[in-house]
Amino acid sequence: MSMLSDVRETMRRDEVWSFMAPPPSLDLDVSHGPILYLEELNVSFDGFKAINDLTLYIDAGELRCIIGPNGAGKTTMMDIITGKTQPDSGKAFFGQRIDLLKLSEPQIATAGIGRKFQKPTVFEFHRVIDNLELAMRADKGVWPTLFAKLSSDQQDYLDETLDLIGLKEQRNAMAGSLSHGQKQWLEIGMLLVQQPHLLLVDEPVAGMTHQEMDRTAELLVSLAGKHSVVVVEHDMDFVRSIARKVTVLHQGSVLAEGSMDDVQNDQRVIDVYLGG
Amino acid sequence: MGVFRVLKDDRGGQLLLLFLTAVAIVIPLLNLLVPEGSPFHVTTYTVSLFGKYLTYALLAVAVDLVWGYLGILSLGHAAFFALGGYVMGMYLMRQIGDRGVYGDPVLPDFMVFLNWKELPWFWQGLDMFWFAAIMIALVPGLLAFVFGWLAFRSRVTGVYLSIITQALTYALMLAFFRNEMGFGGNNGLTDFKEILGFSLQSDATKVGLFVASAVALALGYLACRWIVTSKLGRVTVAIRDAEDRTRFIGYRVEYFKLWVFTFSAILAGIAGALYVPQVGIINPGEFSPLNSIELVIWVAIGGRYTLYGAVIGALLVNYAKTVLTGVWPDAWLFALGAMFVLVTLFLPKGIAGIFRRKPA
Repeated sequence: MSMLSDVRETMRRDEVWSFMAPPPSLDLDVSHGPILYLEELNVSFDGFKAINDLTLYIDAGELRCIIGPNGAGKTTMMDIITGKTQPDSGKAFFGQRIDLLKLSEPQIATAGIGRKFQKPTVFEFHRVIDNLELAMRADKGVWPTLFAKLSSDQQDYLDETLDLIGLKEQRNAMAGSLSHGQKQWLEIGMLLVQQPHLLLVDEPVAGMTHQEMDRTAELLVSLAGKHSVVVVEHDMDFVRSIARKVTVLHQGSVLAEGSMDDVQNDQRVIDVYLGG
Repeated sequence: MGVFRVLKDDRGGQLLLLFLTAVAIVIPLLNLLVPEGSPFHVTTYTVSLFGKYLTYALLAVAVDLVWGYLGILSLGHAAFFALGGYVMGMYLMRQIGDRGVYGDPVLPDFMVFLNWKELPWFWQGLDMFWFAAIMIALVPGLLAFVFGWLAFRSRVTGVYLSIITQALTYALMLAFFRNEMGFGGNNGLTDFKEILGFSLQSDATKVGLFVASAVALALGYLACRWIVTSKLGRVTVAIRDAEDRTRFIGYRVEYFKLWVFTFSAILAGIAGALYVPQVGIINPGEFSPLNSIELVIWVAIGGRYTLYGAVIGALLVNYAKTVLTGVWPDAWLFALGAMFVLVTLFLPKGIAGIFRRKPA
């Protein structure tokens, strides 16, 4: 860019300098219904279009399942929502006012979007209870963290959560020593104590037994209503057991949307995914 | 009491503080009260030597804080040590007054030699101890802050970060070697006379510096221990093990790195400031990349992620260095390398790993 246009950009008269503008609002406004607006998003990696003109709305309090074959762009979509990846074009809003594309990952987390990763990542060198403590909703600045002390209310809250995720016995165990399924549960617990408005859950039941799966389904269903939940999952039985509304992604855009039955009977879906 | 809380569950730390208290009492007594002929007499040379080891140990603790607990392998920490040392050296130079070879009341000898007419601005005020004391913390801290701000905000991590810390100390070394920088060039700063009015040649002053080093190490250890046992310490370990994850639960990873790194640099600066009056010289060689690497080896040998392991490593390796370089100077680097290889192969958790009980 030439110097002249740089100067013009800096000296624009229709807006104040960015460093003088008030910090972006983090107040969630869902008065129009949707909690998450993704509009005409595009992302490409080295020419490969991972997300292609994706438009998707999630309503407040909804439990939405997202399915799609490998490479359909599910994880990339989550990366955009949580600030890990910047799209080439498009819009992503959390509620009416919060522009996700202008926020960093920690700001997005603070605004109320929690994410569970596909591969369970817990802090292996910390005890289970410490993992929850770190994730818990609190002022996460440097100084408050240095002087942070657990109040007895918070202590009780963490213990309740431990109960809920069935890791009471492992309270003081190192997170690294947990089984795969237990790590999944711990990560769900870490998600819960952040008290997010929107939960993004990537493959929650991978590596779980059927029993554990049923309990996870129960938990996710119970969360919907108070929170909005987006679940990405491959396991069709699991999706059927929890889903009210399913979105099918294919090659980076929405292929079909509707109830599980509608989607399963959609010819395009059968062609690319279910039938294949 | 806070001290008891931070040392709870830290056997190594408890023993270390006991050890430091003991040496801070016993060694001065053996030096000052036991007559020179006695087999129990500790020579002043030995006192200063041990004092030097203690400042190294403080430096090693600072490195362990960022390496063991934050996952930042700094290969340039000796730079902060040397900067603290230079500030102290400048203070000591100003204390010489007109007792220098050229007898100039204000200008240090090397400036007279270079035909400089007045004191450069950055030498102003350093004749006052309180100002020098502030600068000892401020100069390394500020450098670490600016460096960290640029590096961590751009998310430079891992081996790339190590390389630029190495470049940082190398660049400083080259700069300090130049005469026109105003830090004595190649020869550095030396020929100190007194500190706070006490002669640096007297036994009592040397013992005082030794005790000050022991106290600084104890306080530095407690401060680091306080940090790593706080929630902030748990966040830093989380950053070390899963940086992205920490970000996604709402922590501004770069700020945490920045503050801990800066604190560590300040500790290193204080260690350097205590080092200089005990060895009597500071020169650009202290910025040598080799020093920073050796320092990392002390921590690895002692055992990182324990803090007290860093102290063990620093004391042990430096003692071995003193002995070996006396007996067989050419073998030292081979011995250091061998130690490093052996520890990596057989004691991946360092010497401290032997004592450490397995986590439950």
